[in-house]
Amino acid sequence: MQALTSRAKVVGRKPMTFLEKLYIPVIAKAMGITFGHIFKKKPTVSYPEQRRTFSPVFRGVQVLNRDEEGRERCTACGLCAVACPAEAITMEAAERLPGEEDLYKEEKYAARYEINMLRCIFCGLCEEACPKDAVYLSETLVPSNFNRESFVYGKKELLIPHPLKEPEAYARARGERGS
Amino acid sequence: MHSLLLSADWGLIIEKMVLVAIIIGVSLFVAMYETYAERKVAAFIQDRHGPNRAGPFGIFQPLADGLKLFSKEEIVPNHSNKFLFVLGPGLAMLTAMMTSAVVPWGGHIHAFGRDISLQIADVNIGILYIFGVVSMGVYGVMIGGWASNNKFSLLAAIRGASQIISYELAMGLSLIALLMMTGTLSMHEIVQQQMDGRYYVLYQPLGFLIFLVCAFAECNRTPFDLSEAESELNFGYHQEYSSMKLGFYLFAEYVNMFISSAVMATIFWGGYDIPFVNDSSFGLNHGANLLAILQVLCFFAKIGIFVFFFMWVRWTVPRFRYDQLMKLGWKTLIPLAILNMLVTGFLILLRQNHWHF
Repeated sequence: MQALTSRAKVVGRKPMTFLEKLYIPVIAKAMGITFGHIFKKKPTVSYPEQRRTFSPVFRGVQVLNRDEEGRERCTACGLCAVACPAEAITMEAAERLPGEEDLYKEEKYAARYEINMLRCIFCGLCEEACPKDAVYLSETLVPSNFNRESFVYGKKELLIPHPLKEPEAYARARGERGS
Repeated sequence: MHSLLLSADWGLIIEKMVLVAIIIGVSLFVAMYETYAERKVAAFIQDRHGPNRAGPFGIFQPLADGLKLFSKEEIVPNHSNKFLFVLGPGLAMLTAMMTSAVVPWGGHIHAFGRDISLQIADVNIGILYIFGVVSMGVYGVMIGGWASNNKFSLLAAIRGASQIISYELAMGLSLIALLMMTGTLSMHEIVQQQMDGRYYVLYQPLGFLIFLVCAFAECNRTPFDLSEAESELNFGYHQEYSSMKLGFYLFAEYVNMFISSAVMATIFWGGYDIPFVNDSSFGLNHGANLLAILQVLCFFAKIGIFVFFFMWVRWTVPRFRYDQLMKLGWKTLIPLAILNMLVTGFLILLRQNHWHF
C-alpha cells in the first residue's frame, strides 16, 4: 500500500530484549530528564503579589465617562444597547432640568444605566457605537462575587470619579487610556 | 511474683518505652513532612512552586492538611462490615510502625549512668521480623478493600495483595544472597559489619536493585500503585474511606516509605555509619554522645536521600500495566535474584577454598 504522506513511520513490533524488559536504562534516562526539570525556571506568576501586564488592547470593565468639567457625557441614545450582541445593557433616559447643567452635558441623560457583567462579553462594540465617547472599556477586571445581583452594574459602579472633585481617583480610573 | 517485678530492670523498661515513644513520634513527624516534600518534589519536577501559602515556603501545609482531614465527615458505608472497616486503616498503620522496632537508629548514648542503645529490640532475627511484619501489611489493604463492600475497592485490594505477595518473593531471594555474606539476621550486626565503610551495596549491587524495586512494590508506590489506580479503580481500596481513616491509609504509605528507606539504608548503605569517617576512633576522640548524634543525623540523611528517590521515581515513571507488573516480578526479578544468589554462593565457596576450584 502506498503511504499517504512522506512522514509515515513504520511502527516496529519487535519483542523487547532482556535489557528493555528490565526497563532500567529507559527509567534512568527519564529520571535524568525529570531531575533536570527541578532546576528549570518556573513559569508561574504568583498572582496576588505579581501581576502580568495587560496587552494595550485589553478590554476590561466598562466605564461611563465624564467631560473635563465633570459632566456626564452619556445622552442615553441607546446605541450601545442596540450594538450590544449580548444584550447586556439597559438604560432609562431622563430630561435635564434647569440648574443641572453642571451635572449632564446634553439635554437628555441616562437616569439609569445598567450593564449585566455576567452577560457582557467585553467585545467593545458599545465603545465603538457611542457617538458621545461616553462609554469605554477600562483595564480592570470584574471582581468576583457571591450573588448574581451584584454583577448588574449600575451608574454607581460604572461612572468614572469626578475629574475636578476627585482628581486622583479620576486619573486612576482613566488609566493609560481614555476617550 | 513480687520478687520478679522487683528484680526486673525498670530502667531498661523505661528506657525502651521512651525510645518507642520517640521513634513513633519521629516516624509520624517525618511522614507528615514527607507529604509536604512529596508535593514540593512533584511541583519542582513539573516546573511549579508547590504549596507555598501556609507559612514561609508552605511549611505549615501538613498541619492544614491534617486539620482538614480531621474535620471531614466520617462516613461508614451502610452495607460494609463495620468492624473490619475500622480495623483496616488501623492495621495498615500498625504494620507500618511496627517495622521500626528492629531498625538500629544509631550507636550508643551514655546518659543517666546508662549505656542506651538506639535500637528498640536487637533481636537476632531482625530481617525475618521485618519480613513478617511487611507481609502483614497486605491485610491493611485487603481488609480495607473487602470491608468497603465495593467492587472497585475489592478489585484493587486483590490486585494489591497479589502484587505485594509476588514481590515479596523476589525481595526475599535478593536478601538471601546478602545474608549468605553477612551470616547473621540481626540488623545491628549487619551495620557493625559495614562500619569499615565497605557497604554491602558494593558487593551486592544487583541484590540492592532488586530489593529497591521490590520496596517500591511493597510500599504501593508508583510505578506499582495499582491498588490505588485513580484512573481505573476510583482510588482503589480506600475509595469508601473518608476523614482520618483515609488519612491513616495515606499516612501509613508515607510511614512505610520512611521505614523501608531506613531498612534499605541499614542493610545496604551502612546504616548509621558515618561515611569516610572511622567511627570508633571518632568516638574515642570526641565522646560517644556526639558520635551517636552524628550517626543518627547521618542515618537520617541517608533515609532522606532514599525518600527523595522514592518521590523522584513516582513523578517520573508511569504506572505499570497489570500484566507488565506480574511479568516484571515473576519473569525478570525472581530469575535475576536466583542468579544473584547462585553467583554469590559460588564466589563465597570459592573464597573459602582460597580461590581454587
